[in-house]
Amino acid sequence: MSIGRALSSLMMWELGKGLMLTGRHLFKRKVTVMYPEEKTPKSARFRGLHALRRYPNGEERCIACKLCEAVCPALAITIDSEERPDGTRRTTRYDIDLVKCIYCGFCEESCPVDSIVETDMHEFHFESRGETVYTKAMLLAIGDRYEAEIAAARGEDAAYR
Amino acid sequence: MSWFDSIVGWTRATGQSASQWAFGPEWGTHAYTVGSSLAMILMVLVPVLLTVLYYQLVERWVIGWIQVRKGPNRVGWKGVLQPIADAIKLLMKEQMIPTGANKALFLLAPVVSVAPALAAWAIVPFSPTWVIADVDAAILVMLAMTSLGIYGVIIAGWASNSKYAFIGAMRAAAQMVSYELAMGFALVGALMAGQSMRLSEIVARQDGNWGFIEWFWLPLLPLFVIHYIAGLAETNRHPFDVAEGESEIVAGFHVEYSGMMFAVFFLAEYANMILISTISSLVFLGGWLSPFNFAAIREAGAPLSWLAAPGIWWLLAKIAFLMFMFLWVRASFPRYRYDQIMRLGWKVFIPLTLIWIAVVGVMMMEPFASDYFSIWFGRQP
Repeated sequence: MSIGRALSSLMMWELGKGLMLTGRHLFKRKVTVMYPEEKTPKSARFRGLHALRRYPNGEERCIACKLCEAVCPALAITIDSEERPDGTRRTTRYDIDLVKCIYCGFCEESCPVDSIVETDMHEFHFESRGETVYTKAMLLAIGDRYEAEIAAARGEDAAYR
Repeated sequence: MSWFDSIVGWTRATGQSASQWAFGPEWGTHAYTVGSSLAMILMVLVPVLLTVLYYQLVERWVIGWIQVRKGPNRVGWKGVLQPIADAIKLLMKEQMIPTGANKALFLLAPVVSVAPALAAWAIVPFSPTWVIADVDAAILVMLAMTSLGIYGVIIAGWASNSKYAFIGAMRAAAQMVSYELAMGFALVGALMAGQSMRLSEIVARQDGNWGFIEWFWLPLLPLFVIHYIAGLAETNRHPFDVAEGESEIVAGFHVEYSGMMFAVFFLAEYANMILISTISSLVFLGGWLSPFNFAAIREAGAPLSWLAAPGIWWLLAKIAFLMFMFLWVRASFPRYRYDQIMRLGWKVFIPLTLIWIAVVGVMMMEPFASDYFSIWFGRQP
C-alpha cells in the first residue's frame, strides 16, 4: 500500500463521504406507503381473487368446456358438468383451491366466454383449511357483486388484448 | 439548581433521621448507607434501562429514515409505545433450553453478560458530585467491567451446544479481546492527559477558558477516534458485527436464546453502547462542561453566560450525539471481513495508539507543555 493511500485511509475521508450521503438521506421525504390507509394504484390487469361472471340476462357464462381446468398449471380447478333440461351444458361443480392457485391468469386467458376472471381484489384471507376452496356459488356471488368493476377493468384493457 | 440541592438535602436529612428512628443509633447509620446507595443505584439504572428501551426504537427510526422509510410509527403516538410492546412480547415468550445445553451455564450466561454492563455505571459521574462510587481508579474499574462481559458471550456460546453459537462466541471473544487493547491504550493516553484515573478529575482538567478547544479530543484526536471505533467493535456493532453475521451463523452466540434471556443479552449490548458513549464524552468531550465555556462568553453577562455554565444537559447531549453516531455508522457501512477486523485491531489501532501515547508524553514534557500546548497541559488543577 502506498503512503498516500495509507494516509487517506487514516483520514477516513471516504468513510466521511459515506456518512454524509446517508446523512442527507436522513432528511429526505420518506416513501413509505401507510398501507391500510394509503394504497398504491393497481393495474387493470391485476390478478387477484377469482370470480365467475354472468350475461346481462342473468344466465351464467360458463359452458363447462373445462379449458381452464386443463390449462391450470397448479391443478387448482375442479369442474363437474351435466346437461341441463334446456339442452345446454353447465357446471354442477366449479371449485378453485385458492391455496393451490398461483394466480397466473391462464384460466382467464383460456376462457372462451370470459366467464372465469381474476379480479383486482387481493385482500382476502382464510381462517381454516376448508375455507380455502371457493365453490361455484361463492365465485358467482363475487362476480355478481363486482360485475361493474370487473367489466370496467376488462374494458380498460380491451385495446391491448 | 438551588431548589434541587435543597430537595436532595431534605431527602438526606429525612432519610438519616428515619433510619435512626427505625434501626436505632448503632445500626441507623449503616441502614442509611445501604438505603441511600440502593436509591442512587435505582436513580442511575432506571434511566439507563429506559434509555436502552428507547434507544432501540430510535435505532429503528434512524435506520428507517436513512433508508427513506418511516420506521415504526403504529404503536402509540408515532410509535412511541413500540418498545413497550416489544418488551411485553419478549416477556410472554417461551424460554427454551436446548436439550444438549449445559443448563446451569446456559442460565448463567445472560447474567454474566448483563451484570458488568450495569455494574460499570457505578463509577460514572454525571456531575462533579453525582456519582455512586467516586473510585480513584475509575477507568480501571470500567475496563475491568467491560472485559468481564466477554465471559457472558463465551459461556453463552459454549453452553448452547450449537456450532453456530460456538463460532459466534469465538468470533466475538477474539474481536473483543483484540479491541480491548486498543481501547485500553486510548484510555491510557486520556489518563496521561488527565493525570488521574478518576473520571471527575479528568473532566475537571478539561475546564478552562477555551470551551470545546480545551477538551482532550483535540490533542488526543487519534485516541478519541480509536476509542470510539474500538467501542463499536467491543459492543459487536456494525461494521464489526461478524459475531452475529445473519447469513452464516444466524445470531451468533445468542442464537439458542429466546424470550427474556435473549432480551437480557440485548440489554447488555445496548447498555454497553451507552456506557462507551458516556465514557467517551467524559474523557474526550469534557463531560458536563459547556462547549461554549469561553472566558469571553462567561464574562459577557446574564443573557449569554448561561451558555458557558456546566450542567448535566451538556453531558446528556454529548452522550446522545455519540449514541446517534452508533446508529449512523450502522446504517452507512457494510461489514468488515473477519481478517480485516483483526488486521485493523492489531496492525493499525494498537501501533497508532502506542505512537500517540508517546506523542502525548512529548507534548506533556515541560518546555513543550508550557510553550505550545499550554491550553491542555500547561497548568496545575
